Amino acid sequence: MSALTFTLRAQPPERLDLSPLVPRSLAGMAKRDMEKIRLGISKHALTVGDLFSVAGNDADQLVFEGGSDRFDCVGSGLDEGSIRVVGNVGAQAGRKMTGGALTIEGDAGPHAGSAMRGGRLEIGGDAGDRLGGPLTGEMAGMAGGVLVVRGRAGDCAGDRMRRGLIAVLKGSGDYAGCRMIAGTLAIAGEVGKLPGYLMRRGSILLDRSPRRLSPSFVKSGSPDLVFAALVDRHLIADGISRKPLLGGVVGRYGGDNAVLGKGEIIFSVAERDR
Amino acid sequence: MQSMNVNGVAIEDTFAEAFGMRATAIVITGPDAKWARQAAISMTGFATSVIGCGCEAAIDVEMDPAETPDGRPGCRVMMFAVSTEELQKQLQNRVGQCVLTAPGSACFAGLDGETQLKLGAAIRYFGDGWQISKKLGGRHYWRIPVMDGEFLCEATTGLTKGAVGGGNLLLLAGSSEKALRAAEAAVVAIGKVRGAIMPFPGGIVRSGSKIGGKYKGMIASTNDAFAPILRGVIASALDADTNAVLEIVIDGENSDAVAAAMKAGIKAVTDLGSEMGASRITAGNYGGKLGKFHYHLKDLLP
Repeated sequence: MSALTFTLRAQPPERLDLSPLVPRSLAGMAKRDMEKIRLGISKHALTVGDLFSVAGNDADQLVFEGGSDRFDCVGSGLDEGSIRVVGNVGAQAGRKMTGGALTIEGDAGPHAGSAMRGGRLEIGGDAGDRLGGPLTGEMAGMAGGVLVVRGRAGDCAGDRMRRGLIAVLKGSGDYAGCRMIAGTLAIAGEVGKLPGYLMRRGSILLDRSPRRLSPSFVKSGSPDLVFAALVDRHLIADGISRKPLLGGVVGRYGGDNAVLGKGEIIFSVAERDR
Repeated sequence: MQSMNVNGVAIEDTFAEAFGMRATAIVITGPDAKWARQAAISMTGFATSVIGCGCEAAIDVEMDPAETPDGRPGCRVMMFAVSTEELQKQLQNRVGQCVLTAPGSACFAGLDGETQLKLGAAIRYFGDGWQISKKLGGRHYWRIPVMDGEFLCEATTGLTKGAVGGGNLLLLAGSSEKALRAAEAAVVAIGKVRGAIMPFPGGIVRSGSKIGGKYKGMIASTNDAFAPILRGVIASALDADTNAVLEIVIDGENSDAVAAAMKAGIKAVTDLGSEMGASRITAGNYGGKLGKFHYHLKDLLP
């Protein structure tokens, strides 16, 4: 058995909704029927057959050879099996996924991992705004699973996150972890302004002291935290990071006291500041 | 009774009779080995016998930083009881009073099992609303703010229903000094066996018991057949040369651990020899009708 592979013929002429292409929907489906699945969202009604050449037979492993910023909702609702995209994707990749593994080798657009509840989403490049966040009108963002961004994340990463782990390895935009309900958001690299803005509970872990923090966060010292060691070891053991994020000495802010105030920003204290 | 002889030590052809128990294990870590050990010692104090202590518990092994979940020195503690409810109660009380309170400690599950016992999930209420729940890599932890920082405790630990309690060796010697020397050698050897603990003080019991007694309400009373000063007065199990007997009681995560521990103990005692230590090794049983697990000494010879 070889992975079921969708090779992109040419850049798509319009935005596509790729949510029908997940292992559970394709299991046992004939290639002929697969090619009839509609992906285009305009009146042109583009199908799989129009856009991709299909090869392979193991629907438990999907591969997209070639991606595009117009690939929306890749792996949306994924619950088992794996999907790998060799290229970029558009908005809402892995939205509401509950299991399985989604790997995007390029960049992802906004709302990647939106409201995901389980499984693992790994983005090799950068992610757009509202990583893991809810769509307008939804009450909670990411509620479980692991979301790794090896590049940089846009604004509002982890918006309204409730559970699970997000790790971003090359910094993020403004308002990282805004409105967090709980969960863990780890960011290596520079973060933009006001991380943890209006967070209720949850942990934001940074590899450096945050600049431009909301005044409603208060310093809560430099406690000895076993949790910091546990996180560092986990990130390395899980292949997310190669070096410790927090290291031996950490500082902590409590907040956001504009709301519940039970959240925290734990950051690595640089050697020179100890 | 027939016996075999190894290095001058007679080993009787008898068996130890042991019972099925419920067991759990936790890993306690600390800022250094001393404080990890101290938390473990406090937690396993007054846990020698289920008869009077509710559970039997002791340190299984000390762990290097590389072996523990948080990379600090630690101890694996095992705890045995006769029912799941009692084990849960003892675990909660002992971790709450002895591990939570010890400076710099953290506490992790030490056993995988289908059934789970509450660990941090019971102690979290100490946090009075400031406790923090964290899930990482499929494991669930509670963080409780305390005066020296934070007590981190895994939410649950595993329970095994396949544990065995009451494996034993009786070491007979010409003097109490020799008996103690033999018992200490056995304790050192058994201490290296993973998954087996010796819950009595320093691993050694001097007041072996029989079931019941002449007084109403006594669950256990002195093992008169092995008490040297009663030799000749009653039907004694001791020969004329024996002046002291010490017992090693062993609880194991499973039957194999108990057998391995007894084997290690017999080897240590026979290696020491009869000149320096015990002249005879035997084991305690109740005729084989009460306990499900029988360990024949002849199968455990070095």
